[in-house]
Amino acid sequence: MMRRSLQSSVLLLALCFATSSRGQSGAELHFCLHGEPKTFNPILVDDEASENIRYLTGGVLIRVNRQTQALEPGLAESWRVSSDGRKVTFHLRKGIYFSDGASFSSEDVAYTMRLLMDPQTHSATGDAFRSGQGRVDVQTPAPDVAEITFPAPVAGLERLFDQVAILSAKSPKREMSVLGPYYVSEYMAGSFVLLRRNPNYWKHDAQGNLLPYIETIRLDIQRNRDIELMRFRRGELQLINRVDAEQFDQLQKESPAVARNAGTGLDAEEMWFNQAAASALPDYKKKWFQAMEFRRGVSMAINRDDLSRVVFAGYATPAFGPVSPSNHFWFNSSLAAPKHDPQGALLLLSRAGFRLEGGSLKDSTGNRVEFTLVTNSGNTAREKMATMIQQDLSEIGISMKVVTLDFPSLIEKITRTFDYDACLLGLVNTDLDPNGQLTVWLSSGENHQWNPNQKAPATAWEAEIDKLMREQASLANEELRKAKFDRVQQIVAEQQPFIYLVNKNALSAVSSDIVGAAPVALNPQAFWNIETLRLKPSKEIGASK
Amino acid sequence: MTRRSFRVICCSVLGIIFALGLFAGSVTHYPYALQFRELPNAPPSALHWLGTDGLGRDLFTRVVYGTRVSLLLAPAAAMLATIIAAILGGIAGLRGGWLERLILASADLSMSLPLLFVLIALRAFLPLDVSPIVSVVATFVTLGLLGWPSSLRVVCAASRNLRQSDHLLLARANGYSNSQLLFRQVIPTLRPIFLAQFWISIPLFILTEATLSMLGLGVMEPLPSWGNLLRGSEDFSAMSANPWRLSPLFLLLVVVICFQFIFSSSEDLA
Repeated sequence: MMRRSLQSSVLLLALCFATSSRGQSGAELHFCLHGEPKTFNPILVDDEASENIRYLTGGVLIRVNRQTQALEPGLAESWRVSSDGRKVTFHLRKGIYFSDGASFSSEDVAYTMRLLMDPQTHSATGDAFRSGQGRVDVQTPAPDVAEITFPAPVAGLERLFDQVAILSAKSPKREMSVLGPYYVSEYMAGSFVLLRRNPNYWKHDAQGNLLPYIETIRLDIQRNRDIELMRFRRGELQLINRVDAEQFDQLQKESPAVARNAGTGLDAEEMWFNQAAASALPDYKKKWFQAMEFRRGVSMAINRDDLSRVVFAGYATPAFGPVSPSNHFWFNSSLAAPKHDPQGALLLLSRAGFRLEGGSLKDSTGNRVEFTLVTNSGNTAREKMATMIQQDLSEIGISMKVVTLDFPSLIEKITRTFDYDACLLGLVNTDLDPNGQLTVWLSSGENHQWNPNQKAPATAWEAEIDKLMREQASLANEELRKAKFDRVQQIVAEQQPFIYLVNKNALSAVSSDIVGAAPVALNPQAFWNIETLRLKPSKEIGASK
Repeated sequence: MTRRSFRVICCSVLGIIFALGLFAGSVTHYPYALQFRELPNAPPSALHWLGTDGLGRDLFTRVVYGTRVSLLLAPAAAMLATIIAAILGGIAGLRGGWLERLILASADLSMSLPLLFVLIALRAFLPLDVSPIVSVVATFVTLGLLGWPSSLRVVCAASRNLRQSDHLLLARANGYSNSQLLFRQVIPTLRPIFLAQFWISIPLFILTEATLSMLGLGVMEPLPSWGNLLRGSEDFSAMSANPWRLSPLFLLLVVVICFQFIFSSSEDLA
């Protein structure tokens, strides 16, 4: 009996030691990706899941600090952009190694840039660097110096390097060899991605300790947001990068400490009218949609404060225009705040020949003003917004029908057949620089949604936007670029080709087990400072299992 | 309490629910689309008996108007599907041979088509600017036209058994004509099966309509139906915070239970 008891004690002690030694080896952070990562190659990233993995694993020459929105040295200790904006010279850090032990030099930068700019690669990241005809020249005069020359000036050049994770030119592991804080250790399709701390990561904290602090990150692939929230509540997840307003409101009531509101985000919700020349709309409808007074009248009739309060539980702000106020540098602060003014809307509409008759708005030829607003099905917030807009517009005599369509059908209608009146969608903004929106603002752009792919600008104001956008894209001086883009914002506010509705807040959920979290508006909002996040001891490996 | 009493109670409950739907305008004085934006997700009160939805619309009003839409159109769609299933299944089962194989093969083919994709394709053909009423009628007609194959298999199996039954043989031996066989023997014998398929289809069509509204084919906002009211219950966390929003589900349960009781009682009586 005593022997058995002794054996049990020894076993118990052994288990305690085992747990303890595993605990000392580090800690595991657990959160979700909302889709399958399409690639682990950082050059080919074009989806959110892959983008998050690139952020966690990729080493970049220059990093945009998500909190201050300023540039910070990464693998490059310093850099200089030539006065003509075509050439950038990087001075690289020495003694840096990839996760598999291969050394880092300017050859790796040259290899990455060549691969990035190779048309065969079809890299969305590379497309942002294309400024003109001709090839990009990369010189490596020394192992720690890389010079990149572009055929034409690239506006906001330095910021673009935040997206360029440097690949190893020599490592047999190719893109799996990384310079970022973590490397991909294990991946099970449809289930999870396991990241481990890069033992060769170059950053240290002020005390000289190796960064990052957290040993492993387990990213579960989970599309269902309700299940994700349920698991977070159970303590199985420590972080949710993006939470929708309704879920956030509940979390806020349940445990205010975990609900983290970083203020107005970059994303906007907007609606627009179909002005495409190729559309088969009747002429009178085309005339309405092309009239600035009509678009502005509709805009004024929409109560954005109600949209923010009712649909987003107050976690959104009425949108001023194409740039969110959280984009500190590029936001045009002189724009007037949008106001809800149905009487003003009717006055404006009357100037364009519309009149209110028996509760219905009619145009100058007697056609009743009615149109259909399409949006994507399954997005509850958009469906609610559409229903509220429907009631707002009924107050000025406009009859609006709401139709929700599955996403492929919707895209077909707004990009190919142009068989729609108006559309409500959202704009996800990941880039602070307006150059990221060139295809939206240039009249020849395919994302110039109200009238895309124009051979020549259909209106004078679109021609002016084209000119301003091209000019700002070729300038190296940020202040001059800002002045040009301010004017673009002004024109958009006057003409309302997009009727901006709300900017959603950047909402996330962070468990109290995480120390050092400071969510921000820019993506990845909750784990942008992953290197300095810590987990409380109870969340060490094994303890939560 | 006897089965007959149960049946009377169920009929009364259904009658009241139907009456509520039919006379919705007299039962509630709020328009179903009116948004009280200061009161989203309000709990039940004297002003709003079942509280309000996420946009502040009176939930009782929406349930009552939704009852009108769902309780009139779902049975109509179920009736359409059952009639198609009864005709085709009856012919297939009674005649047998190549005709049975052909009808069953077409039912199998129809069942193998993914319903949602068929409906998405149908939606693509419909113009965008149809009114909510046209949309709702189109939805239920489509459901009726596409919802017959599973019922058909049941009816076909039952009528096949009937074809080989002694009493039909006896009727034939007594000189019954085909029409006499059909109306005096086949239809009365298969009636419980037709009824069962009809009752089963009603809640199924109500729920399918809820799914369809996610694809833009269902009842369009702001017109309420049980289907789009039930869509709110997909969000589990919102439901736990606002349990009164489950009232359409409760109503659906009551209706289905009542239909079942009436059906089983009528079977016993028969």
